Amino acid sequence: MIDIRALDVVFGHGSKLHHAVCDFSMRIERGQSYGLVGESGSGKTTVLRALAGLLDRIARVSGEMTAARESLSGSRRSREFRRRVQMVFQDPYGSLHPRHTVDTILSEPARVHRLDRIEDRVVQALEEVGLDASFRFRYPHQISGGQRQRISVARALITEPEIVLLDEPTSALDVSVQAEVLNLLMRLKRDHGLTYVLVSHNLAVVAHMCEALSVMQNGSVVETMDVQQLRNHAPSMPYTRQLLTASLGYNRAAIDAFEEFS
Amino acid sequence: MPQAPLLRVEDLQVSYNTPTGLVQAVSGVSFELGREKLGIVGESGSGKSQTGRAILGLTAPGGRVRARRLEFDDVDLLRADARSMRRIRGGCISMIMQDPKYSLNPVMTIGAQIEEAFLVHRKTSTSEARRRTLDMLSAVKIRAPERVYKAYPHEVSGGMGQRVMIAMMMIPEPDIIIADEPTSALDVTVQLQVLAVLDDMLSEHRMGLIFISHDLNLVASFCDRILVMYGGKVVEECAAAELEQARHPYTRGLLNCLPSLDGEQGELPVLRRDPAWLTAAEGAQ
Repeated sequence: MIDIRALDVVFGHGSKLHHAVCDFSMRIERGQSYGLVGESGSGKTTVLRALAGLLDRIARVSGEMTAARESLSGSRRSREFRRRVQMVFQDPYGSLHPRHTVDTILSEPARVHRLDRIEDRVVQALEEVGLDASFRFRYPHQISGGQRQRISVARALITEPEIVLLDEPTSALDVSVQAEVLNLLMRLKRDHGLTYVLVSHNLAVVAHMCEALSVMQNGSVVETMDVQQLRNHAPSMPYTRQLLTASLGYNRAAIDAFEEFS
Repeated sequence: MPQAPLLRVEDLQVSYNTPTGLVQAVSGVSFELGREKLGIVGESGSGKSQTGRAILGLTAPGGRVRARRLEFDDVDLLRADARSMRRIRGGCISMIMQDPKYSLNPVMTIGAQIEEAFLVHRKTSTSEARRRTLDMLSAVKIRAPERVYKAYPHEVSGGMGQRVMIAMMMIPEPDIIIADEPTSALDVTVQLQVLAVLDDMLSEHRMGLIFISHDLNLVASFCDRILVMYGGKVVEECAAAELEQARHPYTRGLLNCLPSLDGEQGELPVLRRDPAWLTAAEGAQ
C-alpha cells in the first residue's frame, strides 16, 4: 500500500542546510497500522509531509515513493491521490479554520473533490465520529478539544480515503479524551479498511494502535520492528532501549546511565 | 509528616466572575506540604494550576481567592502585603513554569536573568552574584556555563531552557518550589534528565515540591504523595507508590484509560464521569 525507498528531504541551502530525512525506507501493507516513533526533530512528521506532498517549494525531496497505487515523484500529487490519502494533524486548535463552521470545514474537501450529496456526507461523517448533527453549525471555538479532533478525523474521512496519515493525533488531548479518540480511530479503521501511518512520540500509544513500527532519530531509521518486540520490551538497538526505559517513568538510577546518541 | 509542615492550605476557593456567571475553579482544597514531593494530578480544567497560582498570589485579575487558612511558615499569604509577598515570591516559594520559551525574558541574557533573581533576594555584590550564577548553571548540569551565561534564551534548546529556569528558581534558595508541568514540553529522555537535576537539588537543599502534572505515571514514579483533582476538588489522596491501588472511580478511570505497552490492543476503557463525584468529595474534605 505504501512503499518508500531511500527518501531524502533537505531544507535550506549553504550554511542553513538541514538534512531532515536521510535514506528513509518503509513498507506498509494494506490495512496495517504503522507507527513512526521518535523524539522531536527526528524527522517523523517530515516523512508524513513528504508522502502527502506538502513540502512543495519548502524542501528538496528525493527517493522513490509508491502509495495508494500511484508512483510519486517530488511533491506533485494527482487529485485522486489527494482524495485517497488524508491527514489528521496534531493540534485540533490550529488545524481548523476559526471563522468556518463545522459544516463549512467538512463540506470543503467534498466540494474540492466534486463529490455528490455533500450534505448527507457531512451528517454521516459527523455520525461516524460520534457527534450529532447539532454540531454542524458551530464554530471550532464553541467545542472542546476532543470534539475538535473528532471533527479533524471527520474531515479526513469525508473523501473516503484509503490511507490516513495521523500526526500525533492525541498528544494535545487529556488522557480520558485520548482513549476515546484512539477507540474511534480503531473502529473507523475496522469499518472502512483504512491503512494508518501514526506518528507519535508516545511508545504506549504506538504499542496500542500499531502492528509494526520504525524508530527514528536524526532523520534516519534506527530500528524497524514488530509491535510484539516492543511489547516484550525487547528492542535490539540501544537508542530504542533508552527510549523505552524513559517512557516507563522516573527512575533516578536509570537516568544516570542515559547516553547521548547522535 | 515528621516536622511541622511548610505550607498549610485549608479550604482553598478560587472563583472567577465571567460574563456567563461565577466559575468555581477550585473549591475546598486542603493539604499540607512538608519537605517532600507532592504531586497534584488532574485533567485540564481540574483546578490544579489554579491551586498552585493561588498559593503565590498569582491568580489572574478578576479571580477571587478565599481560604480558611493559607499559610507559609506562619505567614498568612492571603493577608500579607505586597512587600512581604515580593519577599516570599522567589525568596521562599518559587515557581517553575511549563514553557521556557515563554517564561524567560527573550531580550535579557540567561546570566543576567539568573543574577537578577539572586540580587533581588540577597544583598550582595554583582561579582558574587555572577560567581553564584555560574555555579548554579553547572549545578543544573549545563556543560558550558560560561557560554550559556552569555547566551539569550532563543539560543538554547528546550531542555536547557528548562534547566536555566530551575537554576533561576533555585538560586535564592527557596523552601518550596511549585512546578507547573515543568517538563511537559520536553522529549521523554530530556524530561527525565531535567527531573533528575530538580530531584537532586531538592534533596540536597531539603526543599518541598508541589509538582503539578497531567501525567499520572510520571507523578507516581517521581513524587512521594499524590493529590488527584477533579472539577476543582481533591477527590483522592494517596502515597505515590500506592497509586495503582487507588480507589476513587475517577482515579481508577484515568489509570485504566491509558494505553500501555503491555496491555491488550483492544478497546480502551472510557472514563465515565459521575456528577456525584463533585458532591461526594465535599463530604470527604
